[in-house]
Amino acid sequence: MKAFTYERATSVQQAVSMAASNPDARFIAGGTNLLDLMKLQIETPLHLIDINHVGLDKIEATDDGGLRIGAMVRNTALAADEHVRRDYSVLSRALVAGASGQLRNKATTAGNLLQRTRCPYFYDTNQPCNKRQPGSGCSAFGGFSRQHAVVGTSEACIATHPSDMAIAMRALDAKVETVKGDGTRRTIPIADFHRLPGDTPHIETNLERGEFITAVTLPAPIGGKQIYRKVRDRASYAFALVSIAAVVQPDGTGRFAIGGVAHKPWRMGEADAQLKAGAREAARAALADARPTEQNRYKLDLVERTLGAALAEAKG
Amino acid sequence: MPRLVHLEVSRRDLLKSSAATIAATGVAGVGAAQPAEDKMKSSNTVSFTVNGKAEKLELDNRTTLLDALREHLHMTGTKKGCDHGQCGACTVLVAGQRINSCLSLAVMHEGDEITTIEGLGQPGALHPMQTAFVKHDGFQCGYCTPGQICSSVAVLEEIKANIPSHVTKDMQAKVTATPEEIRERMSGNICRCGAYSNIIEAITDVAGSRA
Repeated sequence: MKAFTYERATSVQQAVSMAASNPDARFIAGGTNLLDLMKLQIETPLHLIDINHVGLDKIEATDDGGLRIGAMVRNTALAADEHVRRDYSVLSRALVAGASGQLRNKATTAGNLLQRTRCPYFYDTNQPCNKRQPGSGCSAFGGFSRQHAVVGTSEACIATHPSDMAIAMRALDAKVETVKGDGTRRTIPIADFHRLPGDTPHIETNLERGEFITAVTLPAPIGGKQIYRKVRDRASYAFALVSIAAVVQPDGTGRFAIGGVAHKPWRMGEADAQLKAGAREAARAALADARPTEQNRYKLDLVERTLGAALAEAKG
Repeated sequence: MPRLVHLEVSRRDLLKSSAATIAATGVAGVGAAQPAEDKMKSSNTVSFTVNGKAEKLELDNRTTLLDALREHLHMTGTKKGCDHGQCGACTVLVAGQRINSCLSLAVMHEGDEITTIEGLGQPGALHPMQTAFVKHDGFQCGYCTPGQICSSVAVLEEIKANIPSHVTKDMQAKVTATPEEIRERMSGNICRCGAYSNIIEAITDVAGSRA
């Protein structure tokens, strides 16, 4: 690990001004992804701002009947919250499908969104990676790409976003609330929060430097059967090959987001519209622009079948 | 065998004798103000309690909680396996919650109450979970065992607190300590010897006797 300086913020205002006055600073919350990458010198911040004592650890009702989840709410607490379990169970299901019990106790809501979009070649510092070293090339093309993205990819990167939580939030139309160093606040729909790789795969979100996530909001409950299905190489503690977060209404309409297939949580309005027609039609609409490799072509079928299983579960 | 035990004791004594821990002077509150001059240093002072004892350490910022426990406080019960949060050997309890101590900076634990395997029980006064691991032969080489035991103690608390898991069928119903629930919740602790079936039996035993 590279040496760094460290300071502890006790308020959001303090945290954002610390970041504004130090261009080399990074916020650290749970640290479960950042520290891992610092040990490998993939992340090399010169200064860390510890935001574990800024508050933002509450889950509260919003004026429009939704929920505001503080940025520092831990994944375990969010999954266990009685309102989330009752009204947004797809989110609870997605959270407990991710990582391990130890990691969920530490990982935060904002940190989960901000974990790096990554692949094994990103971790292997002996190999080129456009994310780790822009312009160096992508080792996944022509390498082992079984786990990689099939849609929304670019020549520069085929890594997938590993979050389960974010897939459910995408299906629920969550919004990300932020504050910048100058005090400006904004709300970013989760659809616009993460970026596709394009030719800048090292830039993964539309957050500006020093911009601080204060909360994630969920709109008023939409009911329906809420299902999260995750297919992975082992039964627990593994990233998704494919995952589906679905909300299906009694009349068969609904919405779904897909994990494990793209650089960001993947959802298409056209695909939602096809949901009543069945899994095949909806999956085809969602993945119409897919450009899989020989090794991950199977994900196209796997999405259809996983969605089919989710729809069957919704009926049952 | 007695000779092995003797050697082990000697090694620990050697470690203890080389200890250079700064004397405890009480623990500051969470979020206590950090001296301004520390903010641009690559080391910091941190105070926390370990197994009820107040500790104050001057540490390089890079020091993980795991390394602080093992290398600075010479409490070697907590093990380093992968050092990347994948194996669970380093699991400790912070404010009663299990975390991977390898993925947490020691300086971020100001004011925290940390419990390690040494704090759960000692020879002659074992924690019920330790007794159950012995009874059910829940280990072979034993390297993952401190992490398994810390994790399993927390797992039963999480079930008691009605925290759901991936295998929880009904999100609205009270969670129960079935072997299936325990197996899923223990997936962050790897045992390369493969003592899993006995580990599940040990935890289920403790869960049953508590119910």
